[in-house]
Amino acid sequence: MKYADEFRDPALAKKVLARIDETLARMPMPEGRPLHVMEVCGGHTHSIFRYGLQKLVPDSIEFVHGPGCPVCVLPMGRVDDCVTLAEHPGVIFTTFGDAMRVPGSRGSLLDAKARGADVRMVYSPLDALELARGNPDREVVFFALGFETTMPSTALTLLQAADEGIGNFSMLCQHITIIPTLKALLSDPHCLIDGFIGPGHVSMVIGNAGYRFIPERHGKPFVVAGFEPLDLLQSLWMVLAQLAGGRAAVENQYARVVPEDGNPAALRAIAEVYEDRESCDWRGLGAIDRSGVRIRAAYADLDAERRFGLVPADVADPEICQCGEVVRGRLKPFQCRAFGRECTPATPLGALMVSSEGACAAYHQYGATDGATDRGASDRSATDRGAPARG
Amino acid sequence: MRDLIDGIFLAAFGNAGIAALEDQARLPLADFGGGGLAFTTDSFVIDPVFFPGGDIGRLAVCGTVNDLVVGGARPVALSCSVILEEGLPLADLRRIAASMAAAAAEAGCRIVTGDTKVVPRGAADRIFVNTAGIGSIPQGRELAATRIRPGDALIVNSTLGLHGAAVMAARGDLGLATALESDCRPLGALVEALLDAAPGTHAIRDATRGGVATVLNEFADAAGVCCRIDEDRLPLTEAVRGLSEILGLDPLYLANEGLFVAAVPEPEAEAALAVLRPLPGGAAACRIGTVTGAPAGRVVMTSFFGGERLVDMLEGDQLPRIC
Amino acid sequence: MCLGIPGRITEIIDADRFLAWVEVSGVRRKVNVTCVAEPGRLDDLVGAWVLLHVGFAMSVIDEAEAARTLEVLDALGEVQDELAAMRESARP
Repeated sequence: MKYADEFRDPALAKKVLARIDETLARMPMPEGRPLHVMEVCGGHTHSIFRYGLQKLVPDSIEFVHGPGCPVCVLPMGRVDDCVTLAEHPGVIFTTFGDAMRVPGSRGSLLDAKARGADVRMVYSPLDALELARGNPDREVVFFALGFETTMPSTALTLLQAADEGIGNFSMLCQHITIIPTLKALLSDPHCLIDGFIGPGHVSMVIGNAGYRFIPERHGKPFVVAGFEPLDLLQSLWMVLAQLAGGRAAVENQYARVVPEDGNPAALRAIAEVYEDRESCDWRGLGAIDRSGVRIRAAYADLDAERRFGLVPADVADPEICQCGEVVRGRLKPFQCRAFGRECTPATPLGALMVSSEGACAAYHQYGATDGATDRGASDRSATDRGAPARG
Repeated sequence: MRDLIDGIFLAAFGNAGIAALEDQARLPLADFGGGGLAFTTDSFVIDPVFFPGGDIGRLAVCGTVNDLVVGGARPVALSCSVILEEGLPLADLRRIAASMAAAAAEAGCRIVTGDTKVVPRGAADRIFVNTAGIGSIPQGRELAATRIRPGDALIVNSTLGLHGAAVMAARGDLGLATALESDCRPLGALVEALLDAAPGTHAIRDATRGGVATVLNEFADAAGVCCRIDEDRLPLTEAVRGLSEILGLDPLYLANEGLFVAAVPEPEAEAALAVLRPLPGGAAACRIGTVTGAPAGRVVMTSFFGGERLVDMLEGDQLPRIC
Repeated sequence: MCLGIPGRITEIIDADRFLAWVEVSGVRRKVNVTCVAEPGRLDDLVGAWVLLHVGFAMSVIDEAEAARTLEVLDALGEVQDELAAMRESARP
């Protein structure tokens, strides 16, 4: 596969790893803890686990898995909203695959489907629109979930529906934005993150300028990265090189895909369809100001919230959940009191356990092969951690 | 109903056993030799009913036959029970019956008994098929996952995920156009050849739902061993890789209908691969890993990038990962 | 958070709706190319490699930048090799 295989070359990886070692040896390290590098994006978390990168890098570096997985930060109340709409008579509720398993207070969308609701998985919002064209006597609702990467696709789909005058299509908007969340994370005085690996696909839409406050105000390196293993290792090295040189800047490792200014056509579509919400709820993180968008009043007919008079549900996270601490990088997944006990991939409490991109599910699925190799895992053995998954 | 049975099933399966139309098939004990008897059953529901590389009929025969042959049995006779939703086109039923007959012939066994029920529209999804199968196990064959030992080579006969990927694409709701075909085939000839060349083989299992990852976990669990595999040895076709990349799926968990995993003692591994490769369905036969002692009960994969990860059992079906 | 993979545009299907076939390792999907198209010049896209996300082409992959990244990666190794060689030659 072009543009993928070249960036998976293990021989080159050895070279980058050697440079990482060499850079670490000549840079200042935090006292009493490993260096914390947060990969913001869930896609990066997935790659780190899939390729076993944590085990390839030196012990003195720890990846902190950030909040950039829209499924993981999906609050329970919003899942309930989905279920409410899905159970509305005559509705075909369409969604991306991995939102289907996220638990709400009345179960997940898969549970609603089992109870008889017409819930269908689609690959693209375009497919939901196609379903609306093909089922003129049904109401087709699409669950528009995701960060800025996904917003242009839903905005363009909505504009297409408006343009064609498709009267039985609407979207439930759950789009969230990454920069307010990074601001919230960094404003926390206990934030122990030394540098960031930035979200490549969000950046291909919004460009790189929005991240400048991170080096300028907080003095932390921020390297926008691709998703192949060599991309991640190179980006990690770029973060270390900045730290070693006493610098902090926004750098772009993923220039083959990310233009400095993002994608103008995509940004136009977003601006046409969406406006900021005053506040948006994140599972584990709570409400964050202006961290999400809603559909503009001009497209009220295509907004499922308005169309169905939906009163958004407000449901607190389960008390035992420590998703917030994990998303903030204060706890590793296995340090959560519910991990592997009340909360497993089979019976997820928190969304971090639901999505395959979620840090907890990733730990459960790809976790350490022995206690010694998983740093920080010494409080519990690998066998203990894995046991519930097999039961 | 009698027309349905005579016109479609008897015509397709015609043999002395079934043509008598008694309430049971009668089989001479001589058909089973002096060894053991293997007996299995499975029900089949699939959407779409017809897919590239097969249909529900072929699937129902191959699925049950393969459950017999991976136990070292030679399939002798199958039953076929169908539940039909009112309104299923007879042409479809005819096509399915013919495909079952062809698959049974390919597998060297007969369909000797069966049943047909028709239920009102909405009470079933077009057609459900149940097949049961009996086979004879030649004396001395003792295949079992509990017999797997550290040092065994783990081999597969074919590329991963063809059935799962082909059916997912054929369903049409993901809007993907591919030339993918299911690998749905009876595995008897391959297993017999394997056991001839590698008589010390400890266990064989066909990797259907849940894929190769699930079989390896079953092996590790049953024998209290670790299955270690290498990502760069996993045989994959370009199209399965492409579909997996687009949908964010792991081919290790995709279903197969013509693939087995075998644990073969190291000294016999090369001979096993050598006999599989010239056979239909065996061209991509290869070794994907080795059984070791620890960590017991685990499947560990070394990524082509050098890192290691656990390959766990999957909770529920694999859903496309999009955002 | 956002699964995106490279694919090649093989054919424009519907210029009015900005739809094209994109191929990834032998698997084809209908894709919306609004975000990467210049109006009226859709045909120029045929053969281009794009980054695909939920049925939309979101970026045209810059071949020169890809090559540059690989050069940098390779150069990282060369510096390393030189350092090793220097250390080697510095030994008595």
